[in-house]
Amino acid sequence: MTRFLLRRLLQSGIVLLGVTLVVFLLLQLVPGDPVRVALGTRFDPETYEALRSRAGLDQPLPVQYASYVGQALTGDLGVSFRSGRPVTAIVLERLPATLSLAITAVVFALLVAFPLGVLSALRSGSVFDHAARVFSQFGVSVPDFWMGIMGILLFAGVLGWFPPSGYVALTEDPVGWASHVFLPAVTIGLVTASILTRFIRSSVLEVLAEDYVRTAEAKGLPTRVVVVRHVLRNALIPVVTVVAVQLASLLGGVIVIEVLFAWPGVGRLTYDAVQARDYPVLQGAILLVAALFLLVNLLVDLLYARLDPRIRVR
Amino acid sequence: MSGNGDSTSRRALVALGRDPLAVTGGVVLVLLVVAGLAGSWLAPAGINEVNVDRMLQPPSWAHPFGTDEIGRDVLSRVLVAARVSLEVGAVSVGIALLVGVTLGLFAGYYQGWLDNILMRCMDVLFAFPVLLLAVAIVAVLGPGLRTAMVAIGVVYTPIFARVTRAGVLSVREQVFVRAAVATGASDLRIMRRHVLPNIAAPLIVQTSLSLAFAILSEAALSFLGLGVPPPEPAWGRMLYDGRGFVTEAWWLGFFPGAAIFLTVLAFNLVGDALRDVLDPRQLTVSEARRHAG
Amino acid sequence: MTDETVLSVADLTVTIGTRRGAARAVAGVDWSVRAGQTLALVGESGSGKSMSVLAATGLAPRAARVTGDVRLLGTDLAALSAARRRRMRGRHVGFVFQDPMTSLNPVLTVGRQIGEASEVHLGLTRRAARARAIEMLELVGIPSAADRVDAYPHQLSGGMRQRAVIAMALVCEPDLLIADEPTTALDVTTQAQIVELVADLQRRLGTAVVWISHDLGVVAGLADTVAVMYGGRIVEQGAVDAVFAEPAHPYTAALLAARPDPDANVTELVTIPGTPPSPLELPEGCAFWPRCSVRGDSRCERELPPLVPVSAGHQVRTFYPRQPTGEDR
Repeated sequence: MTRFLLRRLLQSGIVLLGVTLVVFLLLQLVPGDPVRVALGTRFDPETYEALRSRAGLDQPLPVQYASYVGQALTGDLGVSFRSGRPVTAIVLERLPATLSLAITAVVFALLVAFPLGVLSALRSGSVFDHAARVFSQFGVSVPDFWMGIMGILLFAGVLGWFPPSGYVALTEDPVGWASHVFLPAVTIGLVTASILTRFIRSSVLEVLAEDYVRTAEAKGLPTRVVVVRHVLRNALIPVVTVVAVQLASLLGGVIVIEVLFAWPGVGRLTYDAVQARDYPVLQGAILLVAALFLLVNLLVDLLYARLDPRIRVR
Repeated sequence: MSGNGDSTSRRALVALGRDPLAVTGGVVLVLLVVAGLAGSWLAPAGINEVNVDRMLQPPSWAHPFGTDEIGRDVLSRVLVAARVSLEVGAVSVGIALLVGVTLGLFAGYYQGWLDNILMRCMDVLFAFPVLLLAVAIVAVLGPGLRTAMVAIGVVYTPIFARVTRAGVLSVREQVFVRAAVATGASDLRIMRRHVLPNIAAPLIVQTSLSLAFAILSEAALSFLGLGVPPPEPAWGRMLYDGRGFVTEAWWLGFFPGAAIFLTVLAFNLVGDALRDVLDPRQLTVSEARRHAG
Repeated sequence: MTDETVLSVADLTVTIGTRRGAARAVAGVDWSVRAGQTLALVGESGSGKSMSVLAATGLAPRAARVTGDVRLLGTDLAALSAARRRRMRGRHVGFVFQDPMTSLNPVLTVGRQIGEASEVHLGLTRRAARARAIEMLELVGIPSAADRVDAYPHQLSGGMRQRAVIAMALVCEPDLLIADEPTTALDVTTQAQIVELVADLQRRLGTAVVWISHDLGVVAGLADTVAVMYGGRIVEQGAVDAVFAEPAHPYTAALLAARPDPDANVTELVTIPGTPPSPLELPEGCAFWPRCSVRGDSRCERELPPLVPVSAGHQVRTFYPRQPTGEDR
């Protein structure tokens, strides 16, 4: 167990190092001088030189990378080309908005996908099963921003139930937050739900065909016990991974929805940084998201070991 | 064994022909290709004809999909934009396929340190959310059609590398590959003649499903203004431009999005059907077991 | 030994709907097993031997349609609701399946899996069920049962797992144990141990046993009666000594001939040429006719031979029963 843990930690560390390299190299790929490009019409020699040396661009590349990693380790991701504020602070202040949206979306997705996936597997071939499969095929194929726009059209435009966009902090006004989070969370949640529904369905189907389920039936256990104790306990172990990966990718992958709903999260920050050519902020946001992704994956592996006794002993 | 790829694809085609969903998906795809190739002829009214007299008109006989905020015909633009989507999808998945399969082949065939380095690199790319990485690449290289293709291609490379490597690892140990090694065939020849044809099935499935995701990604990039530059029509961009008017002109948001949806759905239907045919494991688990005894 | 019949099936038919049409897995089968006795169901895979037992006890796949008369301890199972039938399983019938690697749930301890039937059927508390599980593990000869009760299946060897499965099947002291090829997945030494264990437990508990096997060697030393199945029908049945001494059906004779001879130095496997019929297209006449060495006239092809007695309690389904020669064994 400890060896498994150490190996996973080491692996994640190596991948994270690779991630910093990719993020670092992004800036090098900018055609021309990134600082000059970023400043654009606001160019003046003094700011230019200050930003350049602050970003370490006057150093040779390996030195730049080493200091980038070194500073990143201490939580210093440089300063914004635009505002001059520390990138770390800029990114972190966007995190609550993204987290609250992502978690709401995943909870919503689970509420939909769990009953849908399990029931359609238990009643495979039924009308319900076909309906669930149509739903998930729809959700996997639909562009989320289109669904978002249609949602705004219907719920904000025609019905007027929810505001079309905007954000209120959960800590300030929970009701306001809820009414604002509803449309974007449902939009993301439906897409996530359809992925999860498929996965849960096939996972449950696979376990249903296992010999030990027949053994449980042969023991004369009530159906409820067979399903919960024998089928679901096994079928949901891999589902944990998929849910976590979905959550992790939502933490940085909802750019489009955050832009559409004017939700001031990390995705929106990335978009603004791209528009403004504020490369340090772009780098910082990407690095944070990738690091979060790796962290969630690591936690999932540990959780997995708790859930599956076959891994626990190794 | 070299005939394996052939019979696989024939079997797949026959089975697909029997699957009504796959046939529907296939028909939609053919129509899309036609629209993409002949879009500008088919387009009833020029794609960029600005006409302030017909701004924001709802769907009518003259303009079945309505007109946009500067009086352009939405139907014509939706038809023409099919070309961009298919092009970006095909080229980017082509890049991912070529690079990913090559890397996966070498990693799985030679194993050892090469495998380790290549697959860790793929892990690194995997650590970024798909769209975020694509946005970052486009942001750095500058927006445009070509960078969008490259960005999406890079993003989907690790999947192909992983699928290929997994396939190679299982094929490698089989008798006919060992026999080929024993007869002294060169590594490249073995990979091309013996390994590749035998991992074609999962790759075909992955290609079809990736086309669906690549087209979604392209639409998202265009939606963010990082895809095809205006005035060239692209579905994602049309959605973005129309988003401010949705409450008064629903057709601006509806039709381009529906086009994306149908395209992606078609690729997914074909991909799923292919998976059912080519990945027998899924069938055996649920069916063979139930008929045992 | 009483004459009480534990399980009997009469005219049992199982039809499974598949994409390519209806498959007749079992086509009108009668057999019964009495308390303390062992019935062996023998046949190749696909002969319907497992399916007839699964269908009789309500474990057939959902796509299967089952007809016929099934009586467990005198109760007509067909007349029972699914829930009542479920309560008979585990309580009155225990099951041991082929592969102990896959028939145990990997995420539950063996103790929990052994005990849970006693919680459901005997109303034991979880604690009492655990104690009962330890008792059962001792009964099936697993050393340091008090520790093994908390082990997960993957922590036990194949033989140990099959012992645990047997413990699981017997936890409520059922009247009938159904063993579906319980030794096929095990190595030879372990096979012998498991056979011995079941025989021993049967003597001690007085359980009736239905032993499903394709291996006549196992059956010979174990069963009281044997029913040989082919193409979903019983082709020969009777007391095990009579059937082995004087097989009347060409198929039984061929099966006996195909047994590897433990005394011979050359382990040459004699096989029966051809393949069993597909349950999708059972022939009108004798199902074995295409592979038969006797190969009677076209009557065999057209007409289904009835099950006729050859001696007391020994029946065979053929127009050309082999004459007892005394040379067969």
